[in-house]
Amino acid sequence: MSAVATPAPRRLRRLERAAIAGVMSREVANFRTYWKGTTFSSVMEPLVYLLAFGLGLSATLVDEVNGVPYIQFVGTGMVATAVIFSSALPSMFGTFVKHRFQNTYDAILAAPVDVEELVSAEMLWIAARSGTYGCVPLLVTIAFGLDPAWGMLLTPLFCFVTALGFSGFGVAMAATVAKIDQFNYVTALFVTPLFLVAGTFFPIDGLPQGFQVLAQVNPLHQLVELVRGGAFGYEWADLLRFAFLVAFAAITWRVAIHQMRKRLID
Amino acid sequence: MAAIELRDVVKTFGPITAVDGLDLEVPEGICLGLLGPNGAGKSTTMRLLTGQAIADSGVLRVLDYELPAEAKTARWQMGVVPQLDNLDVDVTVEDNLAIFARLYRVPDVGAAVDKALGIARLHERRHDAVDELSGGMRRRLLLARGLVHEPRLVLLDEPTVGLDPQIRTELWTLIGELKARGTTILMSTHYIEEAERLADEVAVMHQGRIISRGRPAELIGEHAGRFTAEVYGPPDRLAETRAEAESRGLSVRPAGPAIAIVGSERADGLVPDDAVVRAASLEDVFVLLTGEEAD
Ligand SMILES: Nc1ncnc2c1ncn2[C@@H]1O[C@H](COP(=O)(O)OP(=O)(O)O)[C@@H](O)[C@H]1O
Ligand SMILES: [Mg+2]
Repeated sequence: MSAVATPAPRRLRRLERAAIAGVMSREVANFRTYWKGTTFSSVMEPLVYLLAFGLGLSATLVDEVNGVPYIQFVGTGMVATAVIFSSALPSMFGTFVKHRFQNTYDAILAAPVDVEELVSAEMLWIAARSGTYGCVPLLVTIAFGLDPAWGMLLTPLFCFVTALGFSGFGVAMAATVAKIDQFNYVTALFVTPLFLVAGTFFPIDGLPQGFQVLAQVNPLHQLVELVRGGAFGYEWADLLRFAFLVAFAAITWRVAIHQMRKRLID
Repeated sequence: MAAIELRDVVKTFGPITAVDGLDLEVPEGICLGLLGPNGAGKSTTMRLLTGQAIADSGVLRVLDYELPAEAKTARWQMGVVPQLDNLDVDVTVEDNLAIFARLYRVPDVGAAVDKALGIARLHERRHDAVDELSGGMRRRLLLARGLVHEPRLVLLDEPTVGLDPQIRTELWTLIGELKARGTTILMSTHYIEEAERLADEVAVMHQGRIISRGRPAELIGEHAGRFTAEVYGPPDRLAETRAEAESRGLSVRPAGPAIAIVGSERADGLVPDDAVVRAASLEDVFVLLTGEEAD
């Protein structure tokens, strides 16, 4: 008998853990080759923003927002920025490159893995990464004087769930566009506006009515509010915000699977 | 039980019918060569067998699993070596193997990786990234990756297409070893020599269906006869000889600057003395059946 036993002839089920873990292990193996650059930029970016906006603006124009020092207002909001840029964009570009240039998904789908497991694993991996990077601005802001609070311990979870949603969005987009330069439209139409009307740099309630409605359906805005809840005190509405983020993730998950199946299975 | 059983399988892509009523049975323990020109539908057939393409109609069974419903379980016991190299280039040789050992739910990943490294003869390079390997090493790794879980059935889609002759020979050796271990192999190719060397049986595929099947010697006997005469000369003389041969019911095909009269043992008097007479080959069969020039 060899060490590599023939598997027992049982039927494989849907969403098997072994398949999902296997696909994620591929991401981890690749991540080991490029983690330094990604980690460096995810730490440097919030630092630079905080220095430029937080220190720059608070020294000249704004002192505080709703009683919160401006640097802490921006710092907590930057968590959402870190999340969208470490989830939507890597998942859009990463999925596209793996699918159309490297034929990675062809290789994986020739193994006992199906599209549902593949997409779920890719989303989980991006969300785990993004959930971690999302906490960096919060830590930086603490270093700049924000008082730590117990509520902040939920921040990784909020980031993770939001990142799941945006990675699903990214996978779905990668499966939908015909060419990589069409990501310019996706970025201009979705990513940039979502990032700007999230309430990161200025409070939403100063905006015209229409933008305020838009902000309410913007998952990033809900994330910003939840992160600030963790730092300055939760309110009951935060439960609804969290439920909204879970629903966002669930919907993009199913859409991503549907779009990828159309792409990957002839 | 046959390892692969396809009945009347049809697969279209819009107006293109890639697989057109395909019947194919591969018994366990043999190497079947699926020999066909470009566009014959070989890769589509392979993708149907892995559930990466869904047939419009027909019955597909692989290792006794019904496709596409049980495709994932069937893939568990199948190894696939693709036509295009899709290794993870930044990742080490051993990680490439370990990832697939995990995807195949191999219980002892370390042992499986070691064994696959042995097959690919890449023990010394196990810690190197794939993009540091030579073309031949990458191909060996691609093959070994498909064998990391010791599958019962292996699909090889044009395993040596576009490779240097030396690398091709290396891979033939590895495929020969795989055959010797009794693994069932379905290998598509459009290289006659590859089919001749490795396949126990050859199925000639053309325009989405199998037009002939048998052992190479049987196919030659049935379709080509014993000898083929290659006749050289000025074009008008060749045209004359050709017309004469065809009027006697013989098959003639162009062969570079010459024409080849297939079954020349039946062409008494017609074959000039300076013609080169050789044993009929699988290439003669391929060209006669598909009308395509062989590589
Ligand atoms: N995904 C696809 N979309 C459209 N046409 C396809 C697709 N895959 C294969 N074809 C067409 O089906 C035919 C058979 O192709 P293929 O199976 O790749 O042949 P082979 O592997 O024998 O060269 C070709 O005409 C090819 O262009
Ligand atoms: Mg092909």
